[in-house]
Amino acid sequence: METLEQIKARIEAAVAGAKLEIIPNPGPANQPSLLVDTAHALAVARFLHDDAALQLDYCSNVTGVDWPEKAITEKIHFKQVVNGVEREFEQVIEKVRPGFLEAVYHLYSMRLKTGPVILRQRTANRTDNVRVASLTPVWRSCEFQEREVYDLFGIIFDGHPDLRRILMWDEFTDHPMRKDYVPPDDYEYEPTPHGPVQEKARRHYPTENKE
Amino acid sequence: MIANLDDGGGMEHPGLPAGAGAPNYELRPKAGGGDGLDGQVLEVSMGPHHPSTHGVFRMDVVLDGETIVKLKPVFGYLHRNHEKIAENISYLGSIPYTDRLDYFCSLTNNWAYTLAVEKLAGVTVPERAEYLRIICAELTRLLNHACLIGFLVQDMGALGTPLMYAFREREKILDLFEELTGARMMCNYMRFGGCRADAPPGWLERVAKVVDNFPRFLDEYEALFTENEILIARTQGVGILPAELAINAGVTGPMLRASGVNYDIRKVDSYGLYGRFDFRIPLGEHGDVYDRYMIRVLEMRESVKILQQALRDIPSGPVINPKLRLRGLRPPIGEAYARIEAPKGELGFFLISDGSANPYRYRVRPPSLINLTILEDMCIGHKVADAVIILGSVDIVLGEVDR
Repeated sequence: METLEQIKARIEAAVAGAKLEIIPNPGPANQPSLLVDTAHALAVARFLHDDAALQLDYCSNVTGVDWPEKAITEKIHFKQVVNGVEREFEQVIEKVRPGFLEAVYHLYSMRLKTGPVILRQRTANRTDNVRVASLTPVWRSCEFQEREVYDLFGIIFDGHPDLRRILMWDEFTDHPMRKDYVPPDDYEYEPTPHGPVQEKARRHYPTENKE
Repeated sequence: MIANLDDGGGMEHPGLPAGAGAPNYELRPKAGGGDGLDGQVLEVSMGPHHPSTHGVFRMDVVLDGETIVKLKPVFGYLHRNHEKIAENISYLGSIPYTDRLDYFCSLTNNWAYTLAVEKLAGVTVPERAEYLRIICAELTRLLNHACLIGFLVQDMGALGTPLMYAFREREKILDLFEELTGARMMCNYMRFGGCRADAPPGWLERVAKVVDNFPRFLDEYEALFTENEILIARTQGVGILPAELAINAGVTGPMLRASGVNYDIRKVDSYGLYGRFDFRIPLGEHGDVYDRYMIRVLEMRESVKILQQALRDIPSGPVINPKLRLRGLRPPIGEAYARIEAPKGELGFFLISDGSANPYRYRVRPPSLINLTILEDMCIGHKVADAVIILGSVDIVLGEVDR
């Protein structure tokens, strides 16, 4: 099977305007992935599915990842001429990496028995622009899994035929797999509450649970 | 009275496409059409508490007479957010939770998870442990397939007796598991870098006895079903799944191979030591319920072959990598996706490590859930009684579907 760099070059030749980036995976598993911009994701997926050398006809796994806003420190080396001598300086810059949500697709080829090729799509932020392209039109196996990602992470898949909650009930409003999710304090009724449940119940029903 | 159960309830999201969740069928499609029928369709909620749904699972079925027009599966009754729980505890702490995913096959769940962590952390496994894992996984496959066929024929009206035959064999295997791991079903046996404990003295001989007797049970079992007139009438030509659709919909396991696609992860990935074993992959021709039954019988016979080879070749030695710290394992930053051929299909685990003691992201790729994607396609046009059999042939466990 081709390397990810070769696949990337061939996609760029075939899909005009597609912005691709290889996300390295430093761990021992050595499974790097390919970040696709949401505008061209569907075209890239169709190319990967139909290309004769790849034939990625099987989308095994679809999942979401939540990356909240994070403060990162970065070391920058720069050279400056001080008193006529060029010296090297090191500066630590604190930056805030903006938060985003990510959809990850693991693709295999059943005919050629190769894989995985890992595709990623990222949303612009975690609040009001949480859209990525649905790949269900290419692989049916994404249908329930994208619904699950929508349900648990709140990513909206444009072009999905039936985007509804799948595991949580329809009236539920939050997305439980996000890192900043706070569980409701009235989720559980116990006739004889104790421990942390009692604490939560007391906070939620201050008049009923007085001792 | 026709209730529109499918209007999406109270879900309101500003960004949803218009019409999401709206019914995509007409409630009275051909009222007064010239066939003498009023064309009224009926929406029936099958489940969640129904013996044929194999757990708490619901199907919203729209019927025209007895024929299925539309079928929407409804999940989530057993949802406890296993993934969130696992992200808040250590890598080691998740192993007992994986037992509860597919509670029929806890040992294969253990294996898939430990395989993913081994990939993530770059851990090697001693050879004896690999053999023990293969023995456990193939015994699990035997009991899963035997019981599944029991449940399937129970859905067709053979109440009790065939299932009890399967449970008798299952109990023999569960006794072996109890001796090895301490528990019948919630085994919690495998660890990163090997297995928790070596087999007790004489255990392998007792496994060999059960394995050698298993083909006789299969012959007896097959004599009941394979040429049974009722089974043939109810299953042949029912719930046909074409190979192209099966691949596109991500169907895996015996379901996929019954449609004639030669894809078994034991052969494709050769994870563990499966590359050393001599076994064949049975393939179906028609992709109907009968083929799915037959594939499982043939797979059990192949599993017996694998078990006999494993019991013959198992070396002595350690069963766990002694250099590994199990508690407080901190894999390097990175991610890994590992998958195995579980009895129900491809069971995968996707882990992201941020270098801390608990996974940043932990995802289970459940074969039962994804095999249900095409349930509607298989059921449309069949009678409502056939939906029960088609669902039975998919082989779902709700602990894994809902997680």
